[in-house]
Amino acid sequence: MAATAIQRKEKLIERIFLLIAFSSIFSLFIIALFIFAEGLPLIWKVGLKDFLLSTRWAPTKGHFGIFAMIVSSFWVTIGALLFGGPLGLMCSFFLVEFASDRLRAFIKPALELLAGIPSVVYGFLGVVYLVPLVRDYLGGPGLSLLTASIILGIMILPTVISISVDALVAVPDSYREAAFSLGATRWQTTYMVTVHAARSGIITSLVLGMGRAVGETMAVIMIAGNALKIPLSPLDPLRTLTSNIALEMGYASGMHRQALFATGIVLFFFVMALNTIATVYARRKRIK
Amino acid sequence: MTEKIIMEAKDLSLQADGKDILRGISLQVYPKEIFGIMGPSGSGKTSFLRLANHTFKAREFSTQGQLFVLGEEVLEGDVAIIPLRRRVSMVFATPVVLPSSIFENLVYGLRVQGITDKHVLEEAAVKGLKAAILWDEVRDRLRTPAKKLSGGQQQRLCIARAMAMSPKILLLDEPTSGLDPISTFRIEEALKELKSKHTIVLVSNNTKQIARVTDRCAFLLMGDLIETGKTGQIFTVPKQRKTDDYIAGRFG
Repeated sequence: MAATAIQRKEKLIERIFLLIAFSSIFSLFIIALFIFAEGLPLIWKVGLKDFLLSTRWAPTKGHFGIFAMIVSSFWVTIGALLFGGPLGLMCSFFLVEFASDRLRAFIKPALELLAGIPSVVYGFLGVVYLVPLVRDYLGGPGLSLLTASIILGIMILPTVISISVDALVAVPDSYREAAFSLGATRWQTTYMVTVHAARSGIITSLVLGMGRAVGETMAVIMIAGNALKIPLSPLDPLRTLTSNIALEMGYASGMHRQALFATGIVLFFFVMALNTIATVYARRKRIK
Repeated sequence: MTEKIIMEAKDLSLQADGKDILRGISLQVYPKEIFGIMGPSGSGKTSFLRLANHTFKAREFSTQGQLFVLGEEVLEGDVAIIPLRRRVSMVFATPVVLPSSIFENLVYGLRVQGITDKHVLEEAAVKGLKAAILWDEVRDRLRTPAKKLSGGQQQRLCIARAMAMSPKILLLDEPTSGLDPISTFRIEEALKELKSKHTIVLVSNNTKQIARVTDRCAFLLMGDLIETGKTGQIFTVPKQRKTDDYIAGRFG
C-alpha cells in the first residue's frame, strides 16, 4: 500500500516537471503565433513578392518593401562571420592545441566574460572609437557595414569559440598521436587532422555565430547608420531587419505595426534556417 | 657505437609521475631483424618504444642512461624530434586511421614533409600498401573513407602508412592485440616480408607471437630487463627462471 502511495507521488512530481518543461516550449509557440497573427495579414494585403522584393519602405505612405533590410541583414551577418569566424577559430585552435593548461584556465573564462557584456556597451564603444576611426581613415560616414561587421564579429566570438573548442576537445587524442608519430608538427596536425575530424562542430559554431549576428539589435542600431538603402560598399550605412523593428516600434500603428511584425516573420525564418543548419551538422557528427 | 647496431639502450632508466617505469635496461637491436619485447602489461614495453621516437607522454618524467637510435642519442634535449619520427615510425595497439580517404591516410606522412608531387605520393602509397599486404584488397577503392575498412585492414593501413614514409625503423606496439587470428596472421606475414629491408621492434604480450615472428627478443618484467637474446634460445633454454615461468604461462 505504502509503495503505491510513493509511486503516485512520484508520478505527480513527474507530471509537474513535465508541465514546467513544456511552459518554455509553450511560450515559444505563443510568440510565433502572435508574430504570425499580426504580420501575416499585411503580407497578404501587400503581396509576398512586393513585401520581400521591393526596396521602397515608407510605411506612412503605404509602401512596405523590406528588400534593402534583408540585404543589409545578410551582409552584416556575412561581415560578422568574416571577422569573427577566423578570429574565433584561430583562438580555439590555440586554446585546445597549443595553450598550456594554466594559460587556458585563464583565457577561457575571460572569453566567456565577453558574452556577458551588454550589447549596448559594444555599440557605445563602437560609436566612440571605431566609427571615428573608420570615418577618418577610410571615408564615408563611419556608421557603416564595416563598423557593424567588426563589432558583431567580436560579439559572436564567445559563441564561435566555446562551441568549436568543445568540438576540438572531442577529437580523440589518438588522432593527434598518430599524426605526431608520422612526423607531423603540431600545426600540421591541427589543420590536417584535428580540424577535419571536428569539422561538423566547427561549422555548427559558425552557423550559430551567424544566428547571433543576425539577431543582434542594439549595437547595430548604434553603429550601422540605419539608412534605408541597399549598401553598395562596406563604408555605406545600412539598416537591418532587427534595427527596423526596434527603431519604429515606438510610434508605429495600424498597417505600419503589422509590417514590423511581418519583418519579424522574415527574421524568424532567417534564424530558423540557421538553427536548422546547425542542428543538422551537429546531428551528423553524433551519428558518425 | 658500431654500424651493426641500429638501436641501443645503455643502462636506461625512466621515472614518470613518481614511479619507476624502466630500471637499467641495456639491449641492442640489429639492422634488418625483428626484435621482440615481451612482458606482462605495465612492464614498460610501450614506454620504451615511445622513448625511441619521442612520443612518451607524462606530466613529468626523467631518464638516466642512454638511448641511441640510428646512431643518435635521443634523450638529449636538442634532438630534432620531427626528423626522428619520420625515420622511426610507430604503429599503435588500436588502429588509428585518420578521418580521410585511404589514399590520404597513406600519404599523410609525406604531405607533412611538404611533398606534393602526385607521382611520388602515389608511388609511396602503393609501396606502403604492398608492404603491408593490403594492396590487393583496396587497390580499386583508394578514395573511399579509411573508416570503412575492417579492424584488421585498418591496422594494416596504419602499417602501410608508416611504411609509405620508408622509415629506417618500424616500432609496433601490440599491433594485433585487438584483431582476430586471420588478421593477426596477415600482419605477421607482412612483418616477415618487411624484415628484408627494415628493422622492426615488436612489442607484444602474446608470447606465441614473439616466438613466431621475432629473431631476437627481450623479456621485460616490471621495469627490469630479465633476459635478452636469440628468440629460439630464449624459448627453448631460457637462462632465467622467470623467463621460463612467463613463457610457460605460470604467471603474467
